[in-house]
Amino acid sequence: MTSVTEKKERTGKAQTTLLLKLANPFAAFGRGVINIINDLGAAAVFLLLAFIKIFHPKQLPKIIQQVYFIGARSVTIVILVGLFTGMVLGLQSYYALVKFGAEGALGTLVALSLIRELGPVLTALMITARAGSAITAEIGILRISEQIDALYTMQIDPVRFLVSPRIMASLISFPLLTAIFDLIGILGGYLSGVVLLGVNAGTYYYRVQSSVEMKDITDGFIKAIVFAVIVSMISCFQGYFAHMRKESHGAKAVGYATTSAVVLSSVLVLVSDYIVTSLLL
Amino acid sequence: MKKYQVETIVGIFVAIGICLIAYMAVTLGNVSFFGREAYPLFARFSNVSGLRSGGSVDMFGIEIGKIEALSIDQETQQAIVELRITKGVTIYEDAIASIKTEGLIGDKYISIDPGGAESPLEAGGFIIETQGAIDIVDLIGKYAFGEINNNSGLAPQDN
Repeated sequence: MTSVTEKKERTGKAQTTLLLKLANPFAAFGRGVINIINDLGAAAVFLLLAFIKIFHPKQLPKIIQQVYFIGARSVTIVILVGLFTGMVLGLQSYYALVKFGAEGALGTLVALSLIRELGPVLTALMITARAGSAITAEIGILRISEQIDALYTMQIDPVRFLVSPRIMASLISFPLLTAIFDLIGILGGYLSGVVLLGVNAGTYYYRVQSSVEMKDITDGFIKAIVFAVIVSMISCFQGYFAHMRKESHGAKAVGYATTSAVVLSSVLVLVSDYIVTSLLL
Repeated sequence: MKKYQVETIVGIFVAIGICLIAYMAVTLGNVSFFGREAYPLFARFSNVSGLRSGGSVDMFGIEIGKIEALSIDQETQQAIVELRITKGVTIYEDAIASIKTEGLIGDKYISIDPGGAESPLEAGGFIIETQGAIDIVDLIGKYAFGEINNNSGLAPQDN
């Protein structure tokens, strides 16, 4: 008898909590906001710590190792993407400009859109896909196989050992890869515009040279550095805290972490691109 | 040899990257580290609308310098343009500086007819004969309302 009433009570309780949940959608929303703010704070502290530890005396060999992985190994893909971006830009804008008889402005269009926007953004997206995912997966597996705890036990600071070199290497690699992307892209525009479609070669180079100003180039590199911080920080953060994920744990958590690192990085690169552009203009 | 393979690749990558950045800055961004040898000249205009510092100065269609600064002369109620002309380009006292437009809607620039007087202008000298910016919209308006005639300042000068 008592057990029946208990059961009734319990179901009643469950029903009331469900009702409360339905009646109070703000609670769920508020919880989400609190979680986001928590994550943001954690990420900021994480980034700050990693930044300070860059200047540790023994960092150089590890930074070089990471520049090799993030930077040097990404050159091929950046060249490939840059070439085809420039070529398609030359092709498309040629057909738009030739309607006004202004195909001479092709160089201006290709060079400015590459240096100001496409260079930094597409480079950041390519490195996110190539290196960012690998960073998250690697650090995530180190975390779930408790190797980060092992580092900690051996009195090696895991943030200094794993995160700082990757952030520094990104800061070095992003601007360099962006420069490669920009110049290869301009060459791609030359290939499609001048070689294929017959724009005057001298006009193309003159327009490129005369329209690009120092401000365009510095703005592009400021963007590249902002993207470097965003991509490397998010990739490392997601991997480092793969074990704290609420929806799953173990190997699955690493998968989720990698996905969200790539998605978050890509979205934030595009969002921050807008913000940085509006600040710099 | 194998020990330094990664370092070598990174070294090549960073060196090439820095070279490309320097190339972009110097060639595309028009930054000169040494500053081309140039001397200043001044010109007074009644109207410099559309002119910007950094714009180009042409002679016979060839760039010979840059516009350094724009300022107002309160005494004569005129705009003063400071030009930096490449050394070796001689401009004489009776030179004519006129503001022109690149194409129909392009940037404004200064075109200089060097003149042929005996004495060349020294550094810091003033070009006396100038022709201000012609406002195309103004011109169209005058044409549309029939105000254009030989007495207006906009009439062709070689009549």
